[in-house]
Amino acid sequence: MELGEQVRSKDIALVALFAAIMVVLGFFPLIELPLVPAPFTAQTLGVMLAGSVLGARRGGSAILLFVVLVAIGLPVLPGGRGGLGVIMGVTGGFVLAYPVGAFVVGLLTELCWRRYNLALALLCNAVGGALVLYAIGIPWMAVVGGLPLGRAFTGSVVFLPGDAAKVVVASLAAVAVRRAYPLVEPRERAGA
Amino acid sequence: MLSLYHDARTPVHALPAGVKLSILVAVGTAVFFAGSAPVLGASLGAVALLYALARVPARVAWRQSAPVLPFLVLIVATQVLIAGWVVAALVGLRVLVLVALANLVTLTTRTSAVVAAVEAALRPLRPLGVRPERVGLVVAMTIRFIPVIKEQADLVRAAQRARGVERSTAFLVPLLVRTLRLADGLGEALDARGVGSGERSRRSRASVRAVRTSDPQGDQ
Repeated sequence: MELGEQVRSKDIALVALFAAIMVVLGFFPLIELPLVPAPFTAQTLGVMLAGSVLGARRGGSAILLFVVLVAIGLPVLPGGRGGLGVIMGVTGGFVLAYPVGAFVVGLLTELCWRRYNLALALLCNAVGGALVLYAIGIPWMAVVGGLPLGRAFTGSVVFLPGDAAKVVVASLAAVAVRRAYPLVEPRERAGA
Repeated sequence: MLSLYHDARTPVHALPAGVKLSILVAVGTAVFFAGSAPVLGASLGAVALLYALARVPARVAWRQSAPVLPFLVLIVATQVLIAGWVVAALVGLRVLVLVALANLVTLTTRTSAVVAAVEAALRPLRPLGVRPERVGLVVAMTIRFIPVIKEQADLVRAAQRARGVERSTAFLVPLLVRTLRLADGLGEALDARGVGSGERSRRSRASVRAVRTSDPQGDQ
């Protein structure tokens, strides 16, 4: 078990494929949700799923890879946007927060993997997939846009219903995928 | 999958990717300390000159920068309300300079050159276990697999439509499971090419086939 520095080929494959899923999620106006106004991007769904399905390291790497694709100028964000301009821009903080969010979702998922259920999935995804993104994206918006933090926050409230819906969808999917194809390696407490 | 790169032979295109990225980072930092409208206005003029020098058609430049406009309008409007016209103009100019310059780098630099620059920048991290050449590999792999996954997604969608199911989890779960299965085969293919765990591939790429049977993959 010398996993620390070793990267298994399957992990590389998972990371590359999941980054591709993230891109494809941007192609779809995905999810016709009733009641909720169309969510701006299905890609935060990809952030949550990466962490929930692959765990912290692989999930975080997959989404980091996606951000690299954005940064090197591929049009992989919804609407064919991409390039450094997006990252330097007002909403760039959210994009930069994606890998951190996926990592946090993965970490929490690993911690509760043995008892994983819908309630825990909702918690993991809400913290990593929504709170972490807001915690980084909103201050970024405030700095780049020269706005007071409060204004940037109220400006982001429109995303809340959509994000809540995405947390639910991601959690339902995560629980189902765990049953079909469990991949996360649980974090053992003190030498189990 | 199209890159945003816009081909031409100009001095801007010829500048090494690493240099362009460094300039971008430097300017990105500088504009936040620049507090005078004339300086920022001049910077914006300079960026416009660079666009002309790079012979980027106005249409392409517009298409690339237009998405930022709604946000820009929103922010400037808020600034006018809370801080007045002067600050609003400063903030607007600042965002405009940054986004325009960043997009110029994207438009004039080949994806492969950016990947190479990123690999070079990561090289000092090698002692920490970062393997820069892998970045290039996974980037290429992901780009290659985007159409494959898109096809899978369309297939799953069509199947659900045929059964009259429109729930989003009914779409996501099969897509995810199919993709995860795909990773098994892909992992083996990578092993066969000696990309797997670092030790072995560093030793010798030629003897990969001989050693590959002893792979200690613990996954189920």
